Amino acid sequence: MTEKTLRKGNEALAEGAIRAGARFFAGYPITPQNEVPEYMSAYMADAGGAFVQAESEVAAINMVYGAASTGTRSMTSSSSPGISLKQEGITYLASADLPCLIVNVMRGGPGLGSISGSQGDYFQATRGGGNGDYHVIVLAPNSVEELGNFPKLGFELAEKYRMPCMILADGILGQMMESMSFNFDPVDPNKLGKFDWAVDIHKNGRKKNNVFSYKGDNLIADVVERAKRYGYIEKTEPRWEEREAEDCDVLLVAYGLSSRACLEAVNKAKEEGLKVGLFRPITLWPFPSKRLAELAAKAKGVLSVEQSLGQLVQDVKLAINGKTPVYLNAYPAGGQPDGNSILTAVRSILNGGKEGLFDLQEHAAGFGFECKRDTSLGMQGDLKGGK
Amino acid sequence: MTIIAKKPASLTDLPMHYCPGCGHGIVHRLMGETFDELKIADRVIGVAPVGCAVFADSYFACDMVQGAHGRGPAIATGIKRSKPEAIVFSYQGDGDLASIGMAEIVHAAVRSENITVIFINNAIYGMTGGQMAPTTLVGQVATTAPKGRDPKLQGWPINMCEMLAQITGAKYLERVAVDSPQHVMLAKKAIKKAFENQLNGVGFSMVEVLSQCPTNWYASVPQALEFVRTKMMPQYPLGVFKDEGGK
Repeated sequence: MTEKTLRKGNEALAEGAIRAGARFFAGYPITPQNEVPEYMSAYMADAGGAFVQAESEVAAINMVYGAASTGTRSMTSSSSPGISLKQEGITYLASADLPCLIVNVMRGGPGLGSISGSQGDYFQATRGGGNGDYHVIVLAPNSVEELGNFPKLGFELAEKYRMPCMILADGILGQMMESMSFNFDPVDPNKLGKFDWAVDIHKNGRKKNNVFSYKGDNLIADVVERAKRYGYIEKTEPRWEEREAEDCDVLLVAYGLSSRACLEAVNKAKEEGLKVGLFRPITLWPFPSKRLAELAAKAKGVLSVEQSLGQLVQDVKLAINGKTPVYLNAYPAGGQPDGNSILTAVRSILNGGKEGLFDLQEHAAGFGFECKRDTSLGMQGDLKGGK
Repeated sequence: MTIIAKKPASLTDLPMHYCPGCGHGIVHRLMGETFDELKIADRVIGVAPVGCAVFADSYFACDMVQGAHGRGPAIATGIKRSKPEAIVFSYQGDGDLASIGMAEIVHAAVRSENITVIFINNAIYGMTGGQMAPTTLVGQVATTAPKGRDPKLQGWPINMCEMLAQITGAKYLERVAVDSPQHVMLAKKAIKKAFENQLNGVGFSMVEVLSQCPTNWYASVPQALEFVRTKMMPQYPLGVFKDEGGK
């Protein structure tokens, strides 16, 4: 436990990771996560670890693959387009059962998108992102305090289950400053035990260790074996936070930064005499479905508040399984929720209105163009150019 | 009875899957002999590639990591930086190293990672069935160059040793072949030196081995050996392209 200090989100995360025993970091510049590799370049060597500015995100995640193979607490950080590039390495890490920490400080997408904070990578984080049947544990902090303290939890979960763990933050969380403290004593990685599976310098006579991703004829058994682990994690590791959630008419569901705006909405609603609660998943995979379903059963409606175009809402619907109506209040591609805009959606649910509730089918009515080839512009085969 | 020749202790007993006449087995053996002679078997951590040598992790008796196509030098970087006392090698083919992994090999050299790279150049994608590689010779037929490599469409072969020699961080670059007993002996010398360099902290060392692929060259073994000598060596001359290793 440390005294409270004012820290920027990305720096709290980097310092928290070093305190948690991270001793290998590889990264590549991309906004809005640059403070993480910058901090690592300044302090990792002093902590006795290695910092490498990689030639690409692809190289960075593969450096983590190598470092994690040795049992070293290893990590990388990036932002959305960079995380897309890392998917190759992430699926390999999952297949080779390697623990590591991956940080996504999300920005607007798709593509190069924008550098504004966003939650558009929920599907990518929770559905795998790379090829094949696999999961990564996904932690979603909603404060600088959690950004600083989740790396330790992330490494511990990753190592306990031999799989990658992702911290899914966003650009605003990474960039904002808040008062925070570290709730754990610094970890000395030299005093952590070795893993029996890791590649390492060893005494002659020890069985050789192989870390590998090609499973060939053993693949089915390998994937089925991993599913047992995933099932156990879904049963035992979901984490969440509840506010006024036991007895509410409308239950808000939000993670990360949008949960902060929801908290504002919960408080304002109380002043108005509305019964609004908040359910905040802290682990996005495993998703805390069971508890959400229990709480939702008592509510008139459930509202997914997310900075994406209907991603979180799918897990909410899966959890609730049609027993309570589920609505979407969406702020995609860098949009930001606030208490008032969320409350507008809440009132719509209670009064049977539409304002603030996103419906893709209603949007479809606004679709207004049809893409056609136009021969009057010239022909593709015309080498002299068209009109 | 006296044993005068035996399998290096640094190789496992597993029978290798390589095709008859392939160069991989020879190179594995030379590396195994090197680990035995330098007494480093308990310190070596190897990186096996994607491609024909994907099972190399089962053939070397040391600890091994098998990673993604082209990323060997990045994976080796992560291992070496985490365990500086380990002797780390990346074993890669030409599609792996000179095509999909071009960025990784160049920047491992730029950073002068103190690792050893063994680069098998057989001018073809072997495991996938004979597609054109960046090292495929002009006119050489491949399954994705059915009329032979045409520079107008597919450019010219790339010479990795010559290219990497431009990089300050590349400290030892030598091209060898395994087409004859004499060349095998020279290849052994180069491979041993590349590992000694790492022990001495010299920095990035790479040995390029011209290797025969009778299967995908549609050649008998003697024809394949002849192809290495008469077709590959004019494009890829043997020799030392950089040696800042001392000794």
